[in-house]
Amino acid sequence: MLGKLGPHGHRFLGLWLRRGAVCTFFSPRGPGVCDEPPVPAEGRPQEMASKSLPSLLTFLCGSVVGFFLCYQILHILLEKPAETQPHIIHNDPHARHAEDSAHGHLEGQMDFGADISQHRDEDKHVAEELYHRVRVLCWVMTGPQNLEKKARHVKATWGRRCNRLLFMSSEENKDFPTVGLDAREGRDQLYWKTIRAFQYVYEHHPDEADWFMKADDDTYVVLDNLRWLLARHDPAKPIYFGRRFKPYVKQGYMSGGAGYVLSREALRRFVEAFRTNRCSHSSSVEDLALGKCMEAIGVEAGDSRDPSGKETFHPFVPEHHLIKGYLPKTFWYWNYNYYPPVEGPGCCSDLAVSFHYVDSTTMYQLEYLVHHLRPYGYSYRYQPALPEAPAKQASEADRKEGPQEKSGNR
Amino acid sequence: MLFESSSFLKGMMLGSIFCALVTMLGHIRIGHENITHHEHHHLQALSKEDFLKISEAERVELVKSIRVYCMILVKPKDVGRWAAVKDTWTKHCDKVEFFCTESIKVFESINLETNDMWTLMRKAYKYAYDKYKDEYNWFFLARPTTFAVIENLKFFLLKRDATQPFYIGHTVKSGELEYVDVEGGIVLSIESLKRLNGLLSDPEKCPEQGGMIWKVSEDKQLAVCLKYSGVFAENAEDSEGKDVFNTKSVGFLIKEAMSNNPQQVVEGCCSDMAVTFNDLAPNQMHVMMYGVYRLRAYGHTFNDALVFLPPNGSDND
Repeated sequence: MLGKLGPHGHRFLGLWLRRGAVCTFFSPRGPGVCDEPPVPAEGRPQEMASKSLPSLLTFLCGSVVGFFLCYQILHILLEKPAETQPHIIHNDPHARHAEDSAHGHLEGQMDFGADISQHRDEDKHVAEELYHRVRVLCWVMTGPQNLEKKARHVKATWGRRCNRLLFMSSEENKDFPTVGLDAREGRDQLYWKTIRAFQYVYEHHPDEADWFMKADDDTYVVLDNLRWLLARHDPAKPIYFGRRFKPYVKQGYMSGGAGYVLSREALRRFVEAFRTNRCSHSSSVEDLALGKCMEAIGVEAGDSRDPSGKETFHPFVPEHHLIKGYLPKTFWYWNYNYYPPVEGPGCCSDLAVSFHYVDSTTMYQLEYLVHHLRPYGYSYRYQPALPEAPAKQASEADRKEGPQEKSGNR
Repeated sequence: MLFESSSFLKGMMLGSIFCALVTMLGHIRIGHENITHHEHHHLQALSKEDFLKISEAERVELVKSIRVYCMILVKPKDVGRWAAVKDTWTKHCDKVEFFCTESIKVFESINLETNDMWTLMRKAYKYAYDKYKDEYNWFFLARPTTFAVIENLKFFLLKRDATQPFYIGHTVKSGELEYVDVEGGIVLSIESLKRLNGLLSDPEKCPEQGGMIWKVSEDKQLAVCLKYSGVFAENAEDSEGKDVFNTKSVGFLIKEAMSNNPQQVVEGCCSDMAVTFNDLAPNQMHVMMYGVYRLRAYGHTFNDALVFLPPNGSDND
């Protein structure tokens, strides 16, 4: 029946239905009574006029509700929370660089040094003298998939301050450049890569440096502070420094991620140990295996704390160490640290050497905070003493705090 | 029924569209503000050579002559940030006071009993002027999400006459009005504060309720008031033209600079003499404290003309 109505018929029907609904509810003579006959299409405006008030009301009602809802939604969407850092806690002391999160990869580079006028009245002669006196070769553990994501930012920031910088990868890359080691990528290959890297360094750059620093591509190293630490030690002595851990090895071993640095003699002995099979090649735990080997070949695990007793090599970013309670008390870290671990301001030396698990933004942020941003005219509380030549024995001269330190604290 | 629901729905749609349009227009205007950013008054830090010429005794006097009173406006929900701010950079102010919208037992603060940020600001400035007009000559107002390096602020303000009307910070242009963004911190000289105070009781020039439909932010209202008394906003920059008052954090500025110029080497985002960063979580305040006042590279010294000593009884700086 409906089909026979045709297009006009449908329109009438629609009108009638609507009209019917309205007059059912709003007829002055009560529901159910409908005294106006259905009108043809031309009568529409008249019809609309009679229904205008209620429909206008619902329309206005709708617009207010719509506006309010939309405002709320937009308000929630656009509210910018204060920036929070991702909360990374690495559950396994020997696990490193698990799956990369896809976010946060910085493209390009930032050069804070491009603007030299800010440093016009900077006196660098002590740092420059140390640069020549305490030569450091840095080699950075990386891989083909991390060159653009991570290694590049190392090159753009702290890497420049090494006397020699090398990137070690499973593949050679002439453009970056990286050294190709006879090894594959993967966590279980770390120790083998480390051995091969040190062998490469010993073979190709033995006389270029006094100290040989190993770091990851997410480690940030302050070379000036490393040199200050090493200046009072003799590179002809078999010793190595890093963040000292106590389990498994009697003299302790150095955390891989926080970076560690070998003296020239330590490097020689280490490479020799593999030639003579004194140390084993196979292990899936790089830093522990290296630590065991070091102990076996008589390389001393040094104390890298500053004269006031604060740690300089750090297995995490500053936030994780500075904030009390950030690392839960059940965390492995508290049992691993060789020296009594500290959280809060006492965690970290003013002259910190390294931080680990540093993402690309934090790499540049640390670069800015360490080498650029400073409080004008501020007289620092901790005034480190000039390092003495290594010929002197380690004595109370090393342990004594700087003469200018302000009294009244610690 | 169908008819009513359809008109209701039509109304809803129209309302939402209208709302979205207005919000977008608001944001576009802000976008434009960023573009015209360079067109306003600039105030540069004085060169360090200027200071080296004066005598030792004069330098000590100079350090003593600049006294900064810090004012932090807080709401009860800011308790975490409040704690961080109190424990970090505000220790370097000559005096700091916290102004709260209501009384909070946990923290010592001045309860100004109002929920409106503009009213809070007015009352805070009035309180500061009445109580401290003879003791401090610079008044620094900040949010609890801001980290400030007071030594760099003092360096910036040295040799500037506080009896002149200064109104300094990170400026933004909104139409004809140039104002200091409260997110980057607002610096007023005693003269500006005096003039402001004179106008606070004038409901025409400095009304308590600025906007009619939309609430006008308190920093804009402040600018309007100050303008009436002849005080104009100035953007603070270092000798290279970089902003020293920042409304964002270091991390944000780094990411922004690099994502705007992918595949390129950009110059450093931020000034060596930066005074403020904003949008910091409490943990980041502590990191900044360590990063600014402690962590440094050995063997680099600066021939600074002035000396600022660390505050007593503090262990994180």
